[in-house]
Amino acid sequence: MKTRRVTAGVASVLALSLGAAACGGGGDDNDGGGNGKKDAALNSIVNASDKKGGTATYEHSDVPDSLDPGNTYYGWVQNFSRLYGRTLTTFKPAAGKEGLEVVPDLAEGLGKSSPDAKTWTYKLRAGVKFQDGTPVTSKDVKYAIERSNFAPEALSNGPTYFKAYLEGGDKYKGPYKDKSAEGIKSIETPDDRTIVFKLKQPFADFDYLATFSQTAPVPKAKDTGAKYVQAIQSSGPYQFQSYEEGRGATLVRNPQWDAKTDPIRKALPDKITIKFKVNPVTVDNNLISDKITADAAGTGVQPQTQPKVLRGKLASQTDSSYAGATQYIALNVNVKPFDNADCRKAVQWGLDKQSVLDAMGGSPKGDVATTLLPPSVNGYTKFDTYATEGHKGDVAKAKAALKACGKPNGFNTILTARSDRPAEIAAATATQASLKKIGINVEIKQFPSGKYFSNFAGVPSYVHDNKLGMLSMAWGADWPTGYGFLDQIVNGAAIKPSGGNNLMELDDPKINKALTDAIANTDDAARTKAWGDIDKMVLDNASVVPLIYRKNLLLRPESATNVTVTQAYLGMYDYLLMSSSK
Amino acid sequence: MTAPIETTGAEAGAQPEAVLSGVKKSQIEGRSLTQIAWMRFKRDKVAMAGGVVVILLTLMAVFSKPIQWIFNLDPNKFNQDLIDPALLAPKGGWGGMSWDHPLGVDPQYGRDMLARIIDGSWVSLLVAGGATLLSVCIGTVLGVVAGYYGGWIDSVISRLMDTFLAFPLLLFAISISASVQDGFFGLEGLPLRICVLIFVIGFFSWPYIGRIVRAQTMTLRKREFIEAATSLGARGPYVLFRELLPNLVAPILVYATLIIPTNILFEAALSFLGVGIAPPQASWGGMLSNAVDLYTADPQYMFVPGLAIFITVLAFNLLGDGLRDALDPRSK
Repeated sequence: MKTRRVTAGVASVLALSLGAAACGGGGDDNDGGGNGKKDAALNSIVNASDKKGGTATYEHSDVPDSLDPGNTYYGWVQNFSRLYGRTLTTFKPAAGKEGLEVVPDLAEGLGKSSPDAKTWTYKLRAGVKFQDGTPVTSKDVKYAIERSNFAPEALSNGPTYFKAYLEGGDKYKGPYKDKSAEGIKSIETPDDRTIVFKLKQPFADFDYLATFSQTAPVPKAKDTGAKYVQAIQSSGPYQFQSYEEGRGATLVRNPQWDAKTDPIRKALPDKITIKFKVNPVTVDNNLISDKITADAAGTGVQPQTQPKVLRGKLASQTDSSYAGATQYIALNVNVKPFDNADCRKAVQWGLDKQSVLDAMGGSPKGDVATTLLPPSVNGYTKFDTYATEGHKGDVAKAKAALKACGKPNGFNTILTARSDRPAEIAAATATQASLKKIGINVEIKQFPSGKYFSNFAGVPSYVHDNKLGMLSMAWGADWPTGYGFLDQIVNGAAIKPSGGNNLMELDDPKINKALTDAIANTDDAARTKAWGDIDKMVLDNASVVPLIYRKNLLLRPESATNVTVTQAYLGMYDYLLMSSSK
Repeated sequence: MTAPIETTGAEAGAQPEAVLSGVKKSQIEGRSLTQIAWMRFKRDKVAMAGGVVVILLTLMAVFSKPIQWIFNLDPNKFNQDLIDPALLAPKGGWGGMSWDHPLGVDPQYGRDMLARIIDGSWVSLLVAGGATLLSVCIGTVLGVVAGYYGGWIDSVISRLMDTFLAFPLLLFAISISASVQDGFFGLEGLPLRICVLIFVIGFFSWPYIGRIVRAQTMTLRKREFIEAATSLGARGPYVLFRELLPNLVAPILVYATLIIPTNILFEAALSFLGVGIAPPQASWGGMLSNAVDLYTADPQYMFVPGLAIFITVLAFNLLGDGLRDALDPRSK
């Protein structure tokens, strides 16, 4: 992922910042409401139904980057676009851990890889058609990837992993500039139903890349670049009846969609509407009064709504789902005294994580984290290298570590936080108070989140000059595997002069090699295990102090049916399954 | 120095006999402007109350550390056992009020609100007072010079004022506050933040007072007492500082007491935007800005610092109004 563009990193952080505005669920278990129990949608499908008909209504407090499957980075659009775009593979619409499983969608089966994990072949299902009746071919998939990854002049929002991994990806100029009939050479389409990807390095997570909305087919003849969003050609069960930029959209059934070609979609509602730019508190109130089916953002209710839904009978309609992100503090190994592992360990032992969690909003906001990988990522392994009673920190062990690092009386350092993220500042304030007990005096410095990576915390020279030893950080993966999560934040190759996300400046050859080796391993079980092992290596290095696994506090209205949380999409509800009794 | 409208013994002597009958000689002695103003001020009960509150607040700010020490208050001690993190509110009603915590505790950390209000008072008042002093000093000097000399000096200074007034102040304040780093003027940490805030707030609001002083100076410089002084050979600086300035004290004093509350609110606004005082130091504005996110869960958290700011602003405003009435009878 060396060539992954800075903007991509920023964009995923941006997507995370949406999560930061949210809060999670928790509190008392409360029956009643006739809509399942609290957290029921985490591991089961609530209000399961097979009844066709009705309208599923969504609202969103903002606008999407784009509803065009080839021009989006937002997790909720990835989830939502599956209603009108069929990708090669997708995440199984199912409850609990099953939701992390990759299943074939437009393709007949998962990708067939060469032994070196550098060539991936997919065979498309027969009989899949666009809404105008033309059959979907492998060329349409190839074209969709070309336009979404190689044409930033028209479609700049999406990630560019295909560009980074495909052979010759750095040279190809995209379909709007390069008008040659063959397009990028490393995607081959030997016949209308076969597509072959040739990568420049082994990459065993390719089936996850194939879940990106960018692999949803786009007919070249109908593509209008950035304007395609106005007339998206559906390959899924719904097509656009209307779309208004910045206002919303209405989707109705696509008559050309054939359930026989699609084993994963039930497509229950007759109609799906989505409205943008609704006041966030209004969205919450509409959920409470059962006027809408779901908040499309899926990041949970606003802080002001939180007491309202946790106190009364509404509590049984809430789900606190893992948002797939970890809040942590990066200890920069090039800033004194954190160049000394024992000084880093002093922070690990001394920190009262429970106090940090309580300051951030307690159990609805998340769980105390002991690993870098959150529980909703493939490869998560539960362990706690610095276990203390009740996560409250251990002063004696911290003092011993301080002594070992040659600073028995503690030291002074600086902790950064993003000024427009109250929860992050709360975490920093609690960190400050708890480290004071072991003699580490922390000064909190705030930076605007828009420039946090490009100008401040992500710029090693700035960090060194200003002696920013501790850096607040939150991270979620673009795809839910250990590699998708870890590579950008612990790999030495991810250290950049600006805009980097490896805030620890961790460049441990052993960790780098373990990442490279694991991603080349086509044995799923071994690869998954490797992520947990790398996580342990990072914690042994002690430069990452995990604080909390973030959660969303979702509310499911009574009329919502087939409600389940999908772990693959940042812990929001699964929009493929969701329907409405209204 | 003499003021233009000072009553003289001769004038007093010219009053009708009936008024003076039965009054001892000492009582009809001329009273200075200050005495008259003080008499008027004393009669204004509301202004007096404002003044007393201002004095008490100042005492609280100056002696905030000893007060905390005497009453064993710690503004930074966490009591997270007193809060319910899931509901983002302290346990129990009224923001966790109890005998141990008369004003409750804050909802995230369980820190004592009374201690934080007391500890925050010196920051808020120091920033507001310092900024006011700075803007009054710059504004008065430049205003007097511009108003007295006129001509090109006035043009330059007036355009400078226009330029400053045209600045998008808040944006400027944010960028300065955010970009000043440790080591600036050899300061770091809290003293640096306070100095930056004083500078940002004070340095950019001087044209307001500058314009008032300039206008006042322009009306005064044509008056007879100035002409008398100049005709007797007094030169620029003497006229400026011995003749003009004493006559400007009243409007300056009034204006200063009226912008202190504005500056307190400005400090609150900057804290609200995250460029004010860094945690864990309490400041009223910072507390208010924290409370905004949590007010539905814990209204008390917003109420307490809000009330503190309200009382302070009101007291300063009442004092300022009273001062203006006392010093400038025409404004009545």
